[in-house]
Amino acid sequence: MFGAGGGTSSYREVEETDVILLWGSNARETHPIFFHHVLKGIRNGARLVVVDPRRTSSAQWADLWLGLDVGSDIALANAMAREIVHAGLHNRAFVERATSGFDEYRAAIEPYTLEEGERLTGVPAAAIREAAHAFARADRGMICWTLGITEHHNAVDNVLALIDLGLLCGHVGRWGAGLNPLRGQNNVQGGGDMGAIPNKLPGFQDIERDDEARARFEAAWGCTIPPRYGWHLTSMFDAMERGDLRALYVLGENPAQSEADVHRTRRLLAGLDHLVVQDIVLTRTAELAHVVLPSSASWCESDGTVTNSERRVQRVRAALRPPGDARDDRWILTEIARRLGADWEHDEVEWVWDELRGLSPMHAGMRYDRLEGRGLQWPCPDEEHPGSPFLHGRLWAEPLEGPRVPFSVVHHEGPVEELDDEYPLRLTTGRRLESYNTGVQTNLYRSPLHRGEAICLAPEDAASLGVADGEVVRVSSRRGSVEAPVRIDAALRPGLAFMTLHFPDQVDTNVLTIDATDPRSGTAEFKAAAIRVERLEASGRAAPQLAAAAGD
Amino acid sequence: MDLKPIAAAPTGAERAAVDALLGPPESGWVGGPRDVAVDGRSAHGGHAARGRRHLLLPALHAVQERVGWISPGALSYVCQRLTVPPADAYGVATFYALLSVEPRPPRVLHVCEDIACRCRGADELIAALEERVGPEGTVAPDGAATWLRSPCLGQCDRAPAALVADAGEGHGETVQAPASLDGLLGALAGGPLAPEPADPLPQQGEPGLRLLRRVGVVDPTSLDDYRAHGGYEALRRAIALGPEGVLREVVDAKVVGRGGAAFPMGRKWEAVARQPARPHYLVCNADESEPGTFKDRALIEGDPFALLEAMTICALATGCERGVVYLRGEYPRAHAVLGAAIEEARARGLLGEDVLGSGLAFDVEIRKGAGAYICGEETAIFESIEGYRGEPRSKPPFPVVEGLFGRPTVVNNVETLVNALEIVRLGGPAYAAIGTEGSTGPKLFCLSGHVARPGVYEVEFGTTLRELLELAGGVPDGRALQAVLLGGAAGGFVRPDELDLRLTFEDARAAGATLGSGVVMAFDDTVDLPRLLLRIAAFFRNESCGQCVPCRVGTVRQQEALARLVRGRPRGGVEAELALVAELGRCMRDASICGLGQTASSAIESAIGRLGVFAAANGGAG
Repeated sequence: MFGAGGGTSSYREVEETDVILLWGSNARETHPIFFHHVLKGIRNGARLVVVDPRRTSSAQWADLWLGLDVGSDIALANAMAREIVHAGLHNRAFVERATSGFDEYRAAIEPYTLEEGERLTGVPAAAIREAAHAFARADRGMICWTLGITEHHNAVDNVLALIDLGLLCGHVGRWGAGLNPLRGQNNVQGGGDMGAIPNKLPGFQDIERDDEARARFEAAWGCTIPPRYGWHLTSMFDAMERGDLRALYVLGENPAQSEADVHRTRRLLAGLDHLVVQDIVLTRTAELAHVVLPSSASWCESDGTVTNSERRVQRVRAALRPPGDARDDRWILTEIARRLGADWEHDEVEWVWDELRGLSPMHAGMRYDRLEGRGLQWPCPDEEHPGSPFLHGRLWAEPLEGPRVPFSVVHHEGPVEELDDEYPLRLTTGRRLESYNTGVQTNLYRSPLHRGEAICLAPEDAASLGVADGEVVRVSSRRGSVEAPVRIDAALRPGLAFMTLHFPDQVDTNVLTIDATDPRSGTAEFKAAAIRVERLEASGRAAPQLAAAAGD
Repeated sequence: MDLKPIAAAPTGAERAAVDALLGPPESGWVGGPRDVAVDGRSAHGGHAARGRRHLLLPALHAVQERVGWISPGALSYVCQRLTVPPADAYGVATFYALLSVEPRPPRVLHVCEDIACRCRGADELIAALEERVGPEGTVAPDGAATWLRSPCLGQCDRAPAALVADAGEGHGETVQAPASLDGLLGALAGGPLAPEPADPLPQQGEPGLRLLRRVGVVDPTSLDDYRAHGGYEALRRAIALGPEGVLREVVDAKVVGRGGAAFPMGRKWEAVARQPARPHYLVCNADESEPGTFKDRALIEGDPFALLEAMTICALATGCERGVVYLRGEYPRAHAVLGAAIEEARARGLLGEDVLGSGLAFDVEIRKGAGAYICGEETAIFESIEGYRGEPRSKPPFPVVEGLFGRPTVVNNVETLVNALEIVRLGGPAYAAIGTEGSTGPKLFCLSGHVARPGVYEVEFGTTLRELLELAGGVPDGRALQAVLLGGAAGGFVRPDELDLRLTFEDARAAGATLGSGVVMAFDDTVDLPRLLLRIAAFFRNESCGQCVPCRVGTVRQQEALARLVRGRPRGGVEAELALVAELGRCMRDASICGLGQTASSAIESAIGRLGVFAAANGGAG
């Protein structure tokens, strides 16, 4: 938030907050550990409001569920904000002391009346009002979101709309109040912290704008760092399309199955001069590679640290030796550097950590031995510092420390791909509890929970299409077609369909998705495609065949 | 809470039964018709929905009563209505003996096979049913009725007993006691039932009675009659004393609980009164299931307003706004009488927002048990009321700190509460002068088995066992007394040469016995004691909730060992079996979570140790 890429709050805070606004997230299934903290919060009396087009298993826990149209999040947030302002429920003291741009913001949200909100989102005005009042009246309120917010062509605007809502109510910078994107893996946060993003050096130091930081890194590394942002994943594929990018080194990613519009992705990967894939299993991407480097499983075969969604840096230790010729990622990287002529040593992991501490001020106080036990939460600027349970406490300091936080003016903009007679259904994609991303890891073993891919349809849509549960249908978007069995799902309302990406070998869901991308975040609009569903000719293609495939 | 619905739809009757209790469903998400325009866009639930979990058992009762069993469709509908996972609700439904998740005919005869009824022909009655109808569960030829064996029905003063449960439009339960073979066969054939006879009240109208003063004397349906016999005078006095004054009297009375654990009532009340957390709850434990116990039933059926008045005094003293009477499911008359009394008291301003114009807000509701002995345990009762399996909680926290719904709770037995009227009427010190130094007040005893005049008797503490048996007319038919079971299945046996035992807590303790819930069951020399012990062992095996291992496994092993002994085929000799029984008893006593496991061997061990049962078979002294 506000520059540093991390959630503002600790997990414990969600247990001690009053209202949890879970937006575009089915955390019950996709962030099950975090949801345990939510459940504790609920047990302690917190109210849960879930915003999601589907009535998910998270929504079943909610005091109030708002079933908005896919891609209408900004309209909903703005309508809530306008209601809060008009009801006089916004936190005037906080807005005046710690924010800027409120007047412009207030003017911008003025058109988003409850009625307009209902028109744009489909959510009844009374329900919008109820959610707005619940969040604004709470002593402590917390907004948590995931890919339902960020997998849109206007992802950054979506996030800004939620931040606005938090600022408006003063729900940030205090214990139990905050703005939290939930991370999908144990170390997504750590990846960003260490600079594995195109615009930041380790510790979220800007490559272009922070000359002083760049100089420090140059001195430490003995090289010149071009003051230019790199490419994120989506722009890399655009560069491949243009022919500017000819070689690719992929570590622990499977874009051949996880990217939107995978037909295009695979064509571009196959056209590279050189593709190196470093992974623990032979993924579909690795099958396209010129060189495959088998690496260790970092959670059990590597030493180092991981950083979770609450910015907590924790030690991990190797418990096993990697099998066969597999090597630790760090060993492989060092060895490549050496063979390219650099004078890198195969350092102790603690030396690497100490180099980070010397270069990233927010990690400076995290002496390696201090990470034992429960770890430390950044920022931790010196060795006496206890770590930071929540961020932005400065906004409440007297007098205010640092700059004011600006409101952002953002406006509703529906999904890129509109529905029409040819493609009348809205497909949104997501994940399920028992599977993980493209199934590279979770489909390695058999499980009765793996039911295989299906196109989930509302009972009313299934009836009007004349398709039965389990019947295989053709699902088509403007980019391609797949065949998938139907699963009738009452969590969906008519017009809304749902699929996952967990079984790409069975059903290549990302053939259907659109790669319309937010230029700022590089994230594609996985959440909103237009599709149609057709019955196969009565050729006897029946479910049992797919059921058999499902467990594999 | 993650709902994995089962694909089964309720019938119209099942739906109607649930809706009659809960009202119509608010949306398609909770079992109503799906309206996508509304349901597709928002839903309410969460705390409000989960806050209705306590209605699960009443909802299951509603289905059971209307349809006779709980089908998957009915269970699914109840779960949708209350936001309870079906697997969870199934665990609750299968916990209780009176509920069935297998098809049952609309009429079920629950025929008591427990120890008191065995003294009065239950064995012969059951043998005759098995011969004439078939084993328990056999459905009558027209498919309309069946019979099942039942643990003690609390009708020991009119044994042998049966309870007839009729499902359907005019559902209801009827006690048949004493039950006759012809009567039961007629009931199985769909014939009319005999009206429930009045309780024998041997001391009815005798002067000097305190707790039983009005029982059998007043019309239990008439609040005016209750008032004419001194009713609600104690509450007026309590209001004048104020909460602190009442607490002082109760402490001074040195009264202890009558449910079996004998905990000082004043300390319990004070502890709840001092708890800052709100609200406070009062739970009246009327789940009287200890075999041979029926005193609370007699009190409720004969003098229901006395219980309500006593509960109101307790509420005043301890700051409770809500009272729950957890009443045995097998007590239809008590349910009807108390339910009518509550209505009447409400209508007359003796329950409700402003009791007697004093500003006290207090109301009472009845929660009906469903056939589970363990629910009389003081924390299992909370679990049951809250809509969970009636499994006892680990203590601490104790109920006075975290009881019903996690709030400070007074949980007292019916008889204990009714003593509050005498305490307030007489004053604590005067009450404490009744009985002995260590056991103050009057006490009810339930006499059953081989006595001439079975029934509830009120005496002062300090009366000897001999005097009490003589009060009940002694052993009839000129037979000799073989043993007395004191305190119920969880109590212990005493020998005929120990009848001079003074009935006080301290004397019982000194003699290695217990008064328990006031059971005094006499057995003459015709009784086959080893078989009786086997029945007691079977009782505990059936009633163990299964939560903790010592009790779950121990009660099974105990029954098996006794079965081998009774069959005369001990494994490794009688001594080895008796050593095993003793070791199992020690294990259950030391390691069980609650009183059930801790006392599951006490009657059996006392019979072995005190009476020498099985010793004769071993060639030892008898």
